[in-house]
Amino acid sequence: MRGIVMSENSKVFPVISVLTIIVILWYGFSVVLNAPWAYDQAKRNSVSLSFPELVSKTWSQKRPKLPTPHQVANEMWNTTVHQKITSKRSLVYHTWITFSETMFGFFLGTSLGILLAIAIVHNRATAISVMPWIITSQTIPILALAPMIVVALGSAGFSGLLPIAIISMYLSFFPVVVGMVKGLKSPERLELDQMKTWSASGSQVLVKLRLPKSMPYFFTSLKLGMAAALVGAIVGELPSGGGGGLGFRMLSGSTFGNTLHIWSGLFSAAVLAASLIIFIGVIQKIILKKMALEL
Amino acid sequence: MIFFLLSLLFWLSAWCVNIWIARQDARNSWTIFPPILFGLSLILIWEATILCFEVSPVILPPPSAIFLKLISSGPILWADFVQTVIKGALSGYLFGCLSALLLALVVDRFQFLERGLLPIGNFMAAMPIIGIAPILVMWYGYGWQSKSAVVTVMVFFPMLINTVQGMKMSDRIHSDLMLTYNASYTQNLLKLKLTTAMPFIFNGLKIGTTLALIGAIVAEFFGSPVRGMGFRISTEAARFSLDMVWAEITVAAISGSLFYGIVVLFERWITFWHPSQRGSA
Repeated sequence: MRGIVMSENSKVFPVISVLTIIVILWYGFSVVLNAPWAYDQAKRNSVSLSFPELVSKTWSQKRPKLPTPHQVANEMWNTTVHQKITSKRSLVYHTWITFSETMFGFFLGTSLGILLAIAIVHNRATAISVMPWIITSQTIPILALAPMIVVALGSAGFSGLLPIAIISMYLSFFPVVVGMVKGLKSPERLELDQMKTWSASGSQVLVKLRLPKSMPYFFTSLKLGMAAALVGAIVGELPSGGGGGLGFRMLSGSTFGNTLHIWSGLFSAAVLAASLIIFIGVIQKIILKKMALEL
Repeated sequence: MIFFLLSLLFWLSAWCVNIWIARQDARNSWTIFPPILFGLSLILIWEATILCFEVSPVILPPPSAIFLKLISSGPILWADFVQTVIKGALSGYLFGCLSALLLALVVDRFQFLERGLLPIGNFMAAMPIIGIAPILVMWYGYGWQSKSAVVTVMVFFPMLINTVQGMKMSDRIHSDLMLTYNASYTQNLLKLKLTTAMPFIFNGLKIGTTLALIGAIVAEFFGSPVRGMGFRISTEAARFSLDMVWAEITVAAISGSLFYGIVVLFERWITFWHPSQRGSA
């Protein structure tokens, strides 16, 4: 049996080889997918393409069906470094807009989630009447509400960050509620009894026992909530029109057939998601270490 | 104004009833009433607020208007439902879950793949995958096929991660027992590994239900034929006929909950042996 405990390092080689295979497949598919257009061009100029020519043609089209990794990387480099940050052509500009919407919505959602979780843990009537609705709220494809919220709040005089932040909030509060309810309920009977012998009030139990004990759950749900908030921000930007942001850039890339814009937007969103989640992970490590919850 | 106060009164009394129910024995069948009462009072307050403060229907239509629209435009809603849920979401959901399940079997067989693919799968599951919608719409056209493709990719990674994790859940002692029975690879897979993985597989399936609907609807924002829930929502919202938008959302909510409920029923039927299912029997 393969019962050997693998160290973290032993993941590096497999991950790199799988990634290499993905990149090779990607280059291969971009030849296949972009070939019809290249052949079409060659036919118009009545030249025939040899295979090496075909490959170089498919890897350097201006509006390829599937851009190659180096084209995407090149586009990202050009639109971050060679553009002014305030310019609408700059990827940094759009990423910044999406980032601020995400943070706003994430902040609202996390606060709402924690408050709801505290109410649910302390009041059984809230738990049994609200909790089923919270769960149902997530079976609703809430992103469908995005255009409506943007239009409705826009006609009520709110525009800019708020409508999109509300969509982000709706998506990100759920993992926080679920995780925090679990976390606030994680103290054991013994610990709760101990608090009782000290005649601790409800708020003292909350602050001194329940909240500290819920920290590991808290950070896990923060990561989930952050990922959800980013999705909310990107989708919220779709109907909002000229506002900017990564979702807006992808939509405009899609309407004008500019595939490089879509792909570079997609990869910036991935980079943004990864860095936000890693950032939470670092804070988690520091705080849990300080609280001696994790060695 | 009187309606508003009455609705508040209803909410307060419903809340008192809920508190009373909460004090009763936890195991009786009363627990179904509090959520219903809470939902009813929310709808009443919504209706009364709009009636009393004369909120423009452009901002928020009252529930009664949404209900009337729901009844009067049945055929349109049904056509949108078929286009988005049956053709787009359901086909992509089945295809995505099935292919993730098959890949999980392969990943489970080869440790190298598990160590290489799983971190990437975990990473992808946290990504805003919905962003590939414009790309796939460009590749597969405006029809339901592109929506199905978006849904496939969206449900794929949560399903893959959950299944692989579930396949690792079988105890050492159980696999040793299978070894003493001289069980073949297929027998071991079917009778031990997939069985113990079922709760995790269903977790992936449940997460997928919501993702499938979201994927199908959002993909329609990037281009669709002249029917479909996402198409209707974006065009009617632009025309400020919000009762139609809310009617679509109601349909989406009901189909989302039904979809989820059906998967939960299957879960109860298949994983009846799991501790989390015993209490409800």
